[in-house]
Amino acid sequence: MKAHFLNRVTPYAFLAPAGVIMVIALLYPLGYMIYGSFRDWDPSQNISETEFVGIKNYITLFFDPAFHESLSVTLIFAGSVVIAEMAIGVGLALLLDRNLRGMSILRTLFILPMMIAPVVVGLMWRYMYHPTVGTFNRTLKSMGLQGVDWLGQNALLSVIIADIWQWTPFIFILALAALQSLPRSALEAARIDGATPWQQIWYIKLPLMMPVLVVTGLLRLIDAFKVLEVILVMTEGGPGLSTEIVALRISRTATEFRELGTAAAMSNYLLILLLILTLAMLAFTRIQEARTARLARQVQEES
Amino acid sequence: MPEIRLEKLVKRYGDVQVLHGIDLDMAENEFTVLVGPSGCGKSTTLRMVAGLESVTEGEIFIGGSPVSHLDPKDRGLAMVFQDYALYPHMDVARNISFALRLQKRPKEEIQAKVREVAEIVGLSEFLHRKPGALSGGQRQRVAMARALAKDSDIFLFDEPLSNLDAKLRGQMRAELAIMRQSVQKNMIYVTHDQIEAMTLADRIVVMHGGYIQQQGPPEELFKQPANKFVAGFLGSPPMNFMDVDLQEEGGIVVARGDGFGIAIPAEISNQIGKNSGKITLGIRPSDLNYDPNAAEDRALDLQVIVSEYIGAQSVLLCSCGSTNVTVELKSETPIALGETLRFAVRTEGIHLFDRATESAL
Ligand SMILES: Nc1ncnc2c1ncn2[C@@H]1O[C@H](COP(=O)(O)OP(=O)(O)OP(=O)(O)O)[C@@H](O)[C@H]1O
Ligand SMILES: [Mg+2]
Repeated sequence: MKAHFLNRVTPYAFLAPAGVIMVIALLYPLGYMIYGSFRDWDPSQNISETEFVGIKNYITLFFDPAFHESLSVTLIFAGSVVIAEMAIGVGLALLLDRNLRGMSILRTLFILPMMIAPVVVGLMWRYMYHPTVGTFNRTLKSMGLQGVDWLGQNALLSVIIADIWQWTPFIFILALAALQSLPRSALEAARIDGATPWQQIWYIKLPLMMPVLVVTGLLRLIDAFKVLEVILVMTEGGPGLSTEIVALRISRTATEFRELGTAAAMSNYLLILLLILTLAMLAFTRIQEARTARLARQVQEES
Repeated sequence: MPEIRLEKLVKRYGDVQVLHGIDLDMAENEFTVLVGPSGCGKSTTLRMVAGLESVTEGEIFIGGSPVSHLDPKDRGLAMVFQDYALYPHMDVARNISFALRLQKRPKEEIQAKVREVAEIVGLSEFLHRKPGALSGGQRQRVAMARALAKDSDIFLFDEPLSNLDAKLRGQMRAELAIMRQSVQKNMIYVTHDQIEAMTLADRIVVMHGGYIQQQGPPEELFKQPANKFVAGFLGSPPMNFMDVDLQEEGGIVVARGDGFGIAIPAEISNQIGKNSGKITLGIRPSDLNYDPNAAEDRALDLQVIVSEYIGAQSVLLCSCGSTNVTVELKSETPIALGETLRFAVRTEGIHLFDRATESAL
């Protein structure tokens, strides 16, 4: 009896330290933020001295055109980077999924950008985009072409390109892993059935990779909504509000405008958005699992 | 329904040579079975015919023209894989019709074809199931149906029944044998199950270590094995081998071994001529009959070590001097372990092999 009790308790005892850390590091700040979002709160004030304002912060934001602008910049940014990264990453994986000599070196090279710290990526691209001494414009000019106003008029496009450069490898790795775990013999059967390489990709490879691709895409989308450093270093959200994604606006609201309550409310909006995406991802994997389980049960019942 | 010819087919993976010059002629509508132990190169040979493996040296001819440079799809063949290789995301009907849909055949034609082959293999109720919701035997049928739907002239099978349980395997084997009679096609079938090989084949090709050991009709291979390997590979329980000395004793040739001496019939001893001395004697268990009254120079005295009861017959593992000998015996015969019994040797069942080259004498 006693041994039984011990057996049941032991796992929880081992989990406890991690649980405590999680409560302190995760739940406490989260609770603090939610609490703060209902208050009119200046950074100079202690939170206990602040005034309770109900959902005023949320309502203000809801009708704030600057916040709308920032939200739409975020949506455009996240949407376009994820679409472009998925297309390029999966395309590269399909291209490089073969056993040629030197392929492993090439694959390693491809994933380098992902390993560079975001601040460094931002600095690097800011330099390359520089209107006069930047790599791009110097190259364009040496070819006798007009320079492009990268971080000015085309700021959003420029940060999108930088993000694609950094995060395509992530999709590439996962897509390659998915490709290499496809059933080899099904692909051979398709070759015998007369499928051209394109048809193999379209009718066999992509459909079979789809579950992995959906989860990868959602993961990337969640991440893209939170991007901050690269854009902060490259444009600081400018010119105007053209690259001011929500994460940047939150930080500006807190530091420049000194409205911690509004910033907290904005964070909560972002949190809700990300929560929906995460739930969508979990739901997707759950549905997949349930489907395979149901099929397996069906077979068992018949036999 | 073209003939298939393999000419000096060689396969190398890097420095490792897997096939050493395979020469094989398969006539029209012939059912050829490749058998051999694991790793002997059966699948490799089949996959080279299919175009899934490149040809290192030699050439494959289908209907007289060389094909080794062609893509699998241009060789006009269908294949059933060991793991069935179904498309997991397509239902049964779409699996079966995949090749036809790629050929952009008319919808009605495709539907009719799917219904027809589903009928043949007995899958009509399952057309809208995904492979994940089918049992092993049903998946096997889908694989078969998919190959049938293609209407190609050549059928390749790579151990199609090896993932099924014993009962289902027997059933599918019988169905294959029936289908084989109605479907006039060239079939190449890889297996390491000799019962499948014996029951299905027009021609058996026994392979070992990347070489063809012998090929021919099942009966010929069973009765006149070309060498010790083929003799030991075909037949269950396998043939017994004993080291003997050929000696002439009073006008007759006697194969003398440890504790026995068997008279060799004149027609055999004349054939092998003066090739006497140390050779290997092979006798199948089915050629040894329990007979207490047999003459000493036509029989083996065997001491029973183990008796395996397998129904009407028992398989006895016995010792004869220093070698072990397997025999079969009706289960009702009363015997005791350790007892010594006399078994008569059927003269037609005597096989002699050169001890060094292992080829039949
Ligand atoms: N890609 C490869 N690289 C190197 N060696 C290989 C490769 N594929 C097969 N082989 C070798 O070739 C030999 C023949 O393989 P094969 O698959 O044809 O055997 P098999 O007769 O079909 O055996 P089994 O009955 O186990 O299927 C084996 O020794 C195997 O190790
Ligand atoms: Mg094999």
